[in-house]
Amino acid sequence: MSGTREISVDYLARVEGEGSMRVKVVDGVIEDVEFSIFEPPRFFEAFLLGRPHTDAPDITSRICGICPIAYQMSAVHAMEDVLGVQVGGALRELRRLLYCGEWIESHVLHMYLLHAPDFMGYESVVHMAKDHRPIVEQGLRLKKVGNTILRLIGGREIHPISVKVGGFFKVPTRMDLESLVPELEWARDAAIETVRLVAGFPFPEIEQDFEFVSLSHPNEYPINEGRIVSNKGLNIDVAEFNDFITEEHVARSNALHSRIRGRGAYHVGPMARYALNFEKLTPTARELAVEVGLGPVCRNPFKSIIVRGIEVLYAVEEALRLIDAYEEPAEADVAYEPGAGEGHGATEAPRGLLYHRYRLDTEGIITDAQITPPTAQNQLMIESDLRAVLERHLDLSDDDLQWRLEQTIRNYDPCISCATHFLKLTIDREEAKR
Amino acid sequence: MALPKLAVYKFASCDGCQLSLLDAEDELLAVAEVVHIANFPEASREVVPGPYDVTLVEGSITTPHDAVRIRKVRAESRLLITIGACATAGGIQALRNWADVDEYTRYVYAHPEYIEALQTSTPIAEHVKVDFELRGCPISKQQLLDVIDALLHGRRPNLPTYSVCVECKRLGIPCVMVVTGTPCLGPVTQAGCGALCPAFHRGCYGCFGPMESANMDSLTEWWLGLGVDDHGIALALRGFNAWAEPFRSQSEALLEIGRPR
Repeated sequence: MSGTREISVDYLARVEGEGSMRVKVVDGVIEDVEFSIFEPPRFFEAFLLGRPHTDAPDITSRICGICPIAYQMSAVHAMEDVLGVQVGGALRELRRLLYCGEWIESHVLHMYLLHAPDFMGYESVVHMAKDHRPIVEQGLRLKKVGNTILRLIGGREIHPISVKVGGFFKVPTRMDLESLVPELEWARDAAIETVRLVAGFPFPEIEQDFEFVSLSHPNEYPINEGRIVSNKGLNIDVAEFNDFITEEHVARSNALHSRIRGRGAYHVGPMARYALNFEKLTPTARELAVEVGLGPVCRNPFKSIIVRGIEVLYAVEEALRLIDAYEEPAEADVAYEPGAGEGHGATEAPRGLLYHRYRLDTEGIITDAQITPPTAQNQLMIESDLRAVLERHLDLSDDDLQWRLEQTIRNYDPCISCATHFLKLTIDREEAKR
Repeated sequence: MALPKLAVYKFASCDGCQLSLLDAEDELLAVAEVVHIANFPEASREVVPGPYDVTLVEGSITTPHDAVRIRKVRAESRLLITIGACATAGGIQALRNWADVDEYTRYVYAHPEYIEALQTSTPIAEHVKVDFELRGCPISKQQLLDVIDALLHGRRPNLPTYSVCVECKRLGIPCVMVVTGTPCLGPVTQAGCGALCPAFHRGCYGCFGPMESANMDSLTEWWLGLGVDDHGIALALRGFNAWAEPFRSQSEALLEIGRPR
C-alpha cells in the first residue's frame, strides 16, 4: 500500500491511567510505533525522602488504587531486608492470602470489565451486559470474592490499612477467614467456567519471542518471594536487580523504560509467571490449562486473558489452602529495632514484577528510594507487540486496526498510574504522498 | 425520558476513587440503568459528547495542560463533584508544594527537561467551581452511591461532618490514644471510613481530611504528651490531605517552632 497512514489515539480507554498511542506506516512499511505515557508525574520517590520507613507501605500504596497490596508488599519486604526482620509462619501465609485477594480482584476486573469487551465486540462491560448479563454478573461476583478477602484482612478494598513493616496491625481469627470459604468454593467453579469461556474467544495468530521475567520460588507459585529468573538465562537475587536491568528516560514518556542490560525488552506479568512456574500451579489449574489447549508456555499476548483466568483459579485454590492451614498467630507482628542500610524487595503484582529499593539511616528514616513498577518494565515490549500486530494486520480498516492495536496494549493490563511514577494511544495512518 | 449523563475524569491520581464505582459489584449494573455512563475512559471506549449532568473528577492539578483541561471539563458539566483526597485537597503529591519541583524531577528522572510539571499540586476547587466534594483516600463506595442517588432524586447528600472519634464511639472501639497510647488523627479527621484504623488497633492517619473546626492545638498537645515531637506531628499531618487547612498551617507552624527532640 502506498502513502502514509497514521493512526493516533490520544486517550487510551479501559486501562488504568492516562496513555496514548501513535503509529505511522509509510508505503506499507512501519515507520514509527509509540506507546506513550502522559499521566502526570507524581514524584513518589522524592517525597519519601526524610520520612520514617514505616510510612512507605501506606504512601507507596497510593501509587496504584488497583494494586495497593503489591506496593505495600514490595515496600515491607524491602524494609525488612534492610532491618534483617524475618516474617515467617502464619504472618507470611496471611500476606500471601491477602495478595491472592488482590490477584483475584485485579485479574477479574481486567478480564471481565476491561479486556473481554474487546473480544466480544463491545465498547464496555455495560454495553456487554445488555446482551450477556449472566456472564457479567458472574464476573462481578468473582471480582467481589477477591475484594472480600482484601476487606476482611486489610480493612478495605482500596488502600487497605492492616499491613505494616514486621507483619500486620491486626490479624483475623480463624473463624473470620472460614467465613470466606463458601464463596471461594463457588469461585473455584466460576474461575474454571471463566477460563473455558475466554479460551473460546477469537485470538489473532501471533507468537512473540518473549524474554519472560518473573520471580521463581522453589516450593510455590511466586507471589512475595523468590529469585528473579527468565527463560533466557537470567537468574539473580532481588538485590542484583539494578546490576542486570536498566531504566531509561525517553522524551515521550513520563515513565522510565526498563531493559535487560545487553539484551533489551522483556515481559513481566501473568504470562511470564505462568511460563516460568507452570509446574508450581495446582493440579486443577494445570489440567485446565491443558484442557483449553494452552500448553506450559503461551507466547500469544492476546491469550494473556486465559493465563489470567488460570491464575485466578490458582489464587482461589491457594486461598482455600491457606485458610484451611491458618492458625491465628500469637503476635500480629515481629518486633524489631530501626537500623541503617540498604534493602530490596520484589513481589509479583497482578501486572508483574514490582521492585522497591530503599536506603535508611540509623533512625530508620528513608534517605534513598527507587520503585520500578511492572508497566514501566513492559513498555518496550508493548511497543514491540504493537509493531508485530501492525505488520500482520495492515489490511484492516483504520477503525478495526485502531481497535486491534488498543487491544494489543490492553493485553498487558497496563497500569499507567503505576508506571508514572506512566499512557496515551495515537494510531497515525495518513494516506499521504511521498 | 433520557437518562442523566455521567462523565468521569482523571487528573493526577492513583485511579482508586474511580475504581470505587467499578468496585460496587452489587450496584454497578443498577447504576448503569439509572444513569447513562457517557464518558468514563477507564471503563469504556465509547465517548458520548457532553454536556454532562454529573461529572466526577478524580485527581489534582499538577501540569499546565491539566490546568487548562479542568476548565473545559467544568464548562461541559452541570454538576461537578470531586472524588477523593487528590481532587479535594491536592493529594499526597501536594507534598511538592513545600519542595523544589525541579529538584524532585532531577531525583526521579534522568532527563528533567522532558518533564512538564507545575510547582504545585492543587485541588480542583482552586481552579474551578466545585458543586460537591467527596472526601477520602480512597472515597467510601457507599458515600459515592449515596451522592449519585441524592442527585438523581434532587435531595442533599447525607454525609457526616463530625470526626472519626464519633464513629469510633458508636462502634464501641476502645480509644487507641487512651488505651494503648497510640497517636491518632481521629479527633481532627472527618468521619467516613468507619473508624477503620482504630478498629485495626492503629491510629487514624487522616484519609478523609480535616473535620469542620478541628482543634489542632489540642491534638498537638495530646501527641506531644504521647512522646511525638513537632517534626513527627508535622509529618503525620503531611499525608494524603497535607494541603487541606488546617492540617497545612498546623504542619507549617510546627516545623517553624521545631522544639528540640
